Amino acid sequence: MSLVLSEDQQLLKDSAKAFVDQNAPVSVLRGLRDSKDDKGYDQNLWRQMLELGWAGMAIPEAYGGFEFGYGGLGVVLEESGRTLVSSPLIATVLLGASAINELGSEEQKSELLPQVVSGELLLALAIDEKPHHRPNRIETSAVKADEGYVLNGCKTFVLDGHVANKLIVVARTSGAIDDEEGISLFLVDADADGVSINRSWMVDSRNSAMLSLNDVKVGSDSLLGAEGNAYQGLTRVLDIGRIGVAAEMLGSMQQAFDITLDYLKQREQFGVLIGSFQGLQHRAAEMYSEIELCKSAVRAALFALDDTEKTDAQVAELASIAKAKLSEVATLVSNEAVQMHGGIGMTDEYDIGFYMKRARVASAFLGDALFHRDRYASLNGF
Amino acid sequence: MQAIAQLEDFRQETRAWLEANCPASMRTPMVDAEVVWGGRKATFVNPESKIWLERMAEKGWTTPTWPTEYGGGGLSKEESIILSQEMARINARPPLNSFGISMLGPVLLESGTHEQKMEHIPKIVRGEIRWCQGYSEPGSGSDLASLNTKAVLDGDEYVINGSKVWTSYADKADWIFCLVRTDSEVPKHAGISFILFDMDTPGVTTKPIQLISGMSPFCETFFDNARAKASNLVGGLNNGWAIAKRLLQHERTMISGFGLAGSQGDRGGTTSTMDSVERAAMHYRGDTDKISDPGLRDEIAQFKIDSAAFALTSQRSLEESKQGQGPNATSSMLKNYGCELNKRRYELLLSSLGSQALGWEGEGFANDEIAVTREWLRSKANSIEGGTSEVQLNVIAKRVLGLPDMLSLVQK
Repeated sequence: MSLVLSEDQQLLKDSAKAFVDQNAPVSVLRGLRDSKDDKGYDQNLWRQMLELGWAGMAIPEAYGGFEFGYGGLGVVLEESGRTLVSSPLIATVLLGASAINELGSEEQKSELLPQVVSGELLLALAIDEKPHHRPNRIETSAVKADEGYVLNGCKTFVLDGHVANKLIVVARTSGAIDDEEGISLFLVDADADGVSINRSWMVDSRNSAMLSLNDVKVGSDSLLGAEGNAYQGLTRVLDIGRIGVAAEMLGSMQQAFDITLDYLKQREQFGVLIGSFQGLQHRAAEMYSEIELCKSAVRAALFALDDTEKTDAQVAELASIAKAKLSEVATLVSNEAVQMHGGIGMTDEYDIGFYMKRARVASAFLGDALFHRDRYASLNGF
Repeated sequence: MQAIAQLEDFRQETRAWLEANCPASMRTPMVDAEVVWGGRKATFVNPESKIWLERMAEKGWTTPTWPTEYGGGGLSKEESIILSQEMARINARPPLNSFGISMLGPVLLESGTHEQKMEHIPKIVRGEIRWCQGYSEPGSGSDLASLNTKAVLDGDEYVINGSKVWTSYADKADWIFCLVRTDSEVPKHAGISFILFDMDTPGVTTKPIQLISGMSPFCETFFDNARAKASNLVGGLNNGWAIAKRLLQHERTMISGFGLAGSQGDRGGTTSTMDSVERAAMHYRGDTDKISDPGLRDEIAQFKIDSAAFALTSQRSLEESKQGQGPNATSSMLKNYGCELNKRRYELLLSSLGSQALGWEGEGFANDEIAVTREWLRSKANSIEGGTSEVQLNVIAKRVLGLPDMLSLVQK
């Protein structure tokens, strides 16, 4: 397996970069934050992204997508990470569409995936219930009743929860709280009776919500995947999400590093450029090395998703390598970026703080470095 | 690119030849004592290793891609990949370990004259001459260009005076490739030359240095009016710094390979508990399903993840350099990271083995436990030799990141 971008992927990356630079600078996110925008993403920008085909990047042609693979979606996420673009790309395209594609029936895929490509349908995956990501620890219940199920429970950290038309809810149809068996996924309309959604204002100014389900009745056709047996498929979906978010983090950390490097070459103290100080040079060189490792980890994981010969176990290992490494280095780079900027790095007026805030939220999302090191060790039998 | 069919023929021929010519014991995991370094004083603990070397050298396959004109194998890149795949298929040992192959040969092929290549390359290919590297001096470590060993022209010979330190295996080597000062009047980088001479030359003496690990792989080397033929000066007078830097790139690539061991979980096909840090931890702690100390478990997982990402980066760097898009100082980055990883590996082995890793010799400690202790001590040199980690970080800051160079301001 090669780790070099194909010609097509490189072209896509270049055009994504040009688009993001021109249309979606960090000031767009700042504007959404300052105006307390209802949607939390720029709808005009999202329409343009839809026109560029970004929503159908990894969706098969049979369902209206462009079948450009996760390698393609990955370079788009990386470039959108450079300017901290807030859009439905992660919740709807990366996680939601993948969940339907991996677990859905033929009918569900034919009906819903084309709506993702066109932008009619926004999705949100509701999994976490407590402050830490523990995907098998599910308390939300789904009890069989009449011709369907009744759902009860609470969810937190639901990305795009307040703008989605449909929620993908992870619930338990049987088993004890930590069992992998008994986990099922349901498609729930956001406006169904008993669903209440409260937007959370997050430190990174991106969208997130708390969700409560009170006797929400859904039909049996809303089941996504087999009843009680969705954990394996869910794990693959989460791994796709982890790898995609790692790609986004890669873009953000590279940009934070580039901004910092520029600053080291401009700021003078004691009559010289501060970039000439060895105390800063070595830390910059170490960050560069860590970012190079991140790049390789993200590439390998993305390409593995598109490689039909790779098993789910191999993908799982690469996903945890990527998410553990990226979460660790994103924290390092964003902390150093603020420190190396000195006082100006602490001001809201300057952009670098946005990168630190986003780094923390992205690190925690779908498992932080500690979660993924623990998972990596378990996967490798120690 | 060669035609697929042609390459497939080559694969079949190579497979048949290796099948017929690689002795049985050369298909078993390498043991330290049987590594072949060649040279006039070569020893062959296992006689089959001599036969293996001779057969491989005859075909030029100790240096598969070097030109046949100088005794090399003359293989294309694709063919040499096939050869290494076929050797790996039968677990064939490398026939020859040599600084001549990994360091001197490549620069000699790039910058040597035809006569120099004719004189030295075939002997490197056949393992007849063992080379050592005369770079560092007692007063010139990280600041290598400040070196002081002088070479003064006298007729058609240079007279050399001075001393070198950290010369790997100088006491076992036949010839030395050596940096000498040929001009003291110009800036320090501009007055250095790269010269080759015989270690048996009158006036050359060596003295092994005992290290903290108890081993003595390095020597001090002294030159007292030692005479070297002027025709063995490589790359032109006062052009030695350029040659030295080229050679260091080859050396760094070799040393960064150390870091790859951690991700592969083995060292040259042997199977010992020590090959995998996590297995060692579980074995010495008496754990069955997982490492019972969560702190150690997390550190080992982090080490393994970094090793995997490092191996992927080595692969990516190789692929990108083939396409001509690799950053030019990746070798510094890889060298630095690889060495630090190897040091981390031994620190973790020490934590994993507990007091069984703290023995020096004698009863109560198995050979592989003592080896861990000694290798842990040896690993400390990884981030010193071939340019310290701090020097590598300077190189990255300056060459890759384009940060301003305070050192050059100070020296002006």
